[in-house]
Amino acid sequence: MTEETITGQLEEQEFSINMGPQHPSTHGVLRMILKLKGETVEEVKPQLGYIHRGIEKMCEKLTYAQTIHLTDRLDYMSAHILNEAVCLTVENALEVEIPEHIQYIRTIMDELNRIASHQLWWSAFGMDLGALTTFFYGLRDREKILDIFEETCGARLLLSYNVPGGLMFDIHPNFQKRVKEFITYFRKKLPEYDALLTGNPILQARTKGVGMLTREQAIAYGVSGPSGRGSGFSCDVRKHQPYSAYSKVGFKEILYNEGDSFARYKVRMDEMWESMSIIEQLIDNIPEGNHAVKMKAIIKLPAGEYYQRVEAARGEFGVFVVSDGNKMPYRMKFRSPNFSNLAAINTMASGQKIADLIAIGGSLDFVIPDMDR
Amino acid sequence: MKFNIYDLSSFTSSINQTLMENCSPFWAVTIEMVLVGIAILSFYAIVGLYLVYAERKVCAFMQCRVGPNRVGPYGFFQTIADLIKLLMKELIPIKNADKFLFNLAPFIVIIASFMALAAIPFAKGLHAIDFNIGIFYVMAVTSIGVIGILLAGWSSNNKYSLIGAMRSGAQIVSYELSVGLSLVTIVILSGSLQLSTIVEAQRDGWFLFTGHIPALIAFLVFLVAATAETNRGPFDLAEAESELTAGFHTEYSGIKFAFFFLAEYMNMFIVASIAATMFLGGWMPLHVGGWEAFNNIMDFVPPFFWYIGKTAVVIFIMMWFKWTFPRLRIDQLLTLEWKYLLPINLVNIIIMSFVVLMGWHF
Repeated sequence: MTEETITGQLEEQEFSINMGPQHPSTHGVLRMILKLKGETVEEVKPQLGYIHRGIEKMCEKLTYAQTIHLTDRLDYMSAHILNEAVCLTVENALEVEIPEHIQYIRTIMDELNRIASHQLWWSAFGMDLGALTTFFYGLRDREKILDIFEETCGARLLLSYNVPGGLMFDIHPNFQKRVKEFITYFRKKLPEYDALLTGNPILQARTKGVGMLTREQAIAYGVSGPSGRGSGFSCDVRKHQPYSAYSKVGFKEILYNEGDSFARYKVRMDEMWESMSIIEQLIDNIPEGNHAVKMKAIIKLPAGEYYQRVEAARGEFGVFVVSDGNKMPYRMKFRSPNFSNLAAINTMASGQKIADLIAIGGSLDFVIPDMDR
Repeated sequence: MKFNIYDLSSFTSSINQTLMENCSPFWAVTIEMVLVGIAILSFYAIVGLYLVYAERKVCAFMQCRVGPNRVGPYGFFQTIADLIKLLMKELIPIKNADKFLFNLAPFIVIIASFMALAAIPFAKGLHAIDFNIGIFYVMAVTSIGVIGILLAGWSSNNKYSLIGAMRSGAQIVSYELSVGLSLVTIVILSGSLQLSTIVEAQRDGWFLFTGHIPALIAFLVFLVAATAETNRGPFDLAEAESELTAGFHTEYSGIKFAFFFLAEYMNMFIVASIAATMFLGGWMPLHVGGWEAFNNIMDFVPPFFWYIGKTAVVIFIMMWFKWTFPRLRIDQLLTLEWKYLLPINLVNIIIMSFVVLMGWHF
């Protein structure tokens, strides 16, 4: 498709520009075709397809246990949470009772994954706004979590620690000690993030009142996760439809009603505190037990349709499975948060400046492989 | 040949005398010009390279990193290795670019910053040309640089470059006013445009301290506006890599890119030099009235090191800005200039005139 067919007729003093697929701030191979009038963005048209791998189609030729390794490759920043979504779907379909031991570990890993994801978001968001130092602060602390992951399951990013019926293997004896060390460490480091970026008048000027998304619009576009909660849309799956051990812990759903980039920023910053408090509630109380429930060697789901949603770091992630009773799904569909969040970008960014578009994109926290499956 | 590190004018005049005795005045002047040219060119290259090194180290320590540490002790030769790499890189020709302007642009940028060095007093007697309108000349030649940036953006045949160039144009034209007016404040105080006179007038106290509050305000405004004029720090909208990939120099490669890069650092050095000369006494040592022993100790440090030290402090402050602040948006940038800095400056000039008229300064 040429630019003209996408942007339509350009009026006088308007011009179009291709932002991406190779661009430092689209966080991957996202192509946005902008209609500009000077510096002002008139229209944003996101184009996907540059990292399409046909994952949903591939799943139709793989068993459920194999599918898990593909979900890693969607939102790679919340790999563990996505793995868990597939496992929960299978477990619920087979009505397998999951012992608390596994549930607790899964929840702790989920929250560690969420913190790691938000750390990287914070780092990259600062970079989008031109504050390059944030990147190194965020990655410095994220490294500690990745080290815990590495010790637990050997992988640092694409964990594949979940299997249908439990976990690949039990936690490392050091796990509890190291997680507690991390929490103490990060409770001291998180205020540094605020000192470096949150209170900065330039950051506030760049994000307050920019990229407005009302609650109604957020619901209409299906914007979920921290981006939706920044608009006052209560959409935390952990609260509304608790899975794993979330019903056993007390935590606050962070809601801000402003609906601008700064509100989305604050939601994520506060969520890191909440995640830490969830981990603290669970880490000392992991019950004894086996790391996996005995499952059949070949898992076959009874014919029917199954849906499971979880709260990934960027929003609601859903797995929809249609099974015809075989060992492979008849159809598998993922509801990925980033795809819906991206849909709102034209509403949020049109009429703003180019620099604001970058800030809005950063505040939505895109992961492109998740949009483009 | 006498060489006195505290007063280099005897050294330079003795070179002049030797040349005048041995050849005709025409050849003497030509040789002097070549010598000064070579001296400034090598100074330019060394300062440029080591500012890049300094920036990489400063930013590394602000970012919990170590920075370059492999090439030589503490990575001291890293930037020289980088320069060799840049010299050997391919110059990629751009299709449909305006070849002549595209090739001309980096030279305009680098020449503008090179010319400004001529008028800066590095130490007592170490001064290429001592104009009677020195500060005016520096202001004039540094503003030529924006033409190079505009040409680079225009001739690249790239929309990102064009946006970057237009931003840069708007930015530099606006902030030039603030830089100029804050320097005018000091010119009013010193009563001279000649840089050597201005430095000499700060013998008993730097203008930052003797000029009361107006000088302090002028210094702060100058720091902000100078950072903006050099396209750095929170004001690097022209290159804004997260928005415009690399702005006006997106399409440049190899040594042409290095010219822009070097010019950026040299511009930073020049504005820091001007700040040091106009507000912090240039090469004058720190003197406190009445403290004889202290003043004598301060005099013991050679003037050149005073000058370099003061410039380094200002440069460090500018690097500090860059590595801790997010970038402003173009409309916020212009708002800051036209709604805040410019009115503050104009009022400040009036206050300064009053202070000078009433003789309230020290």
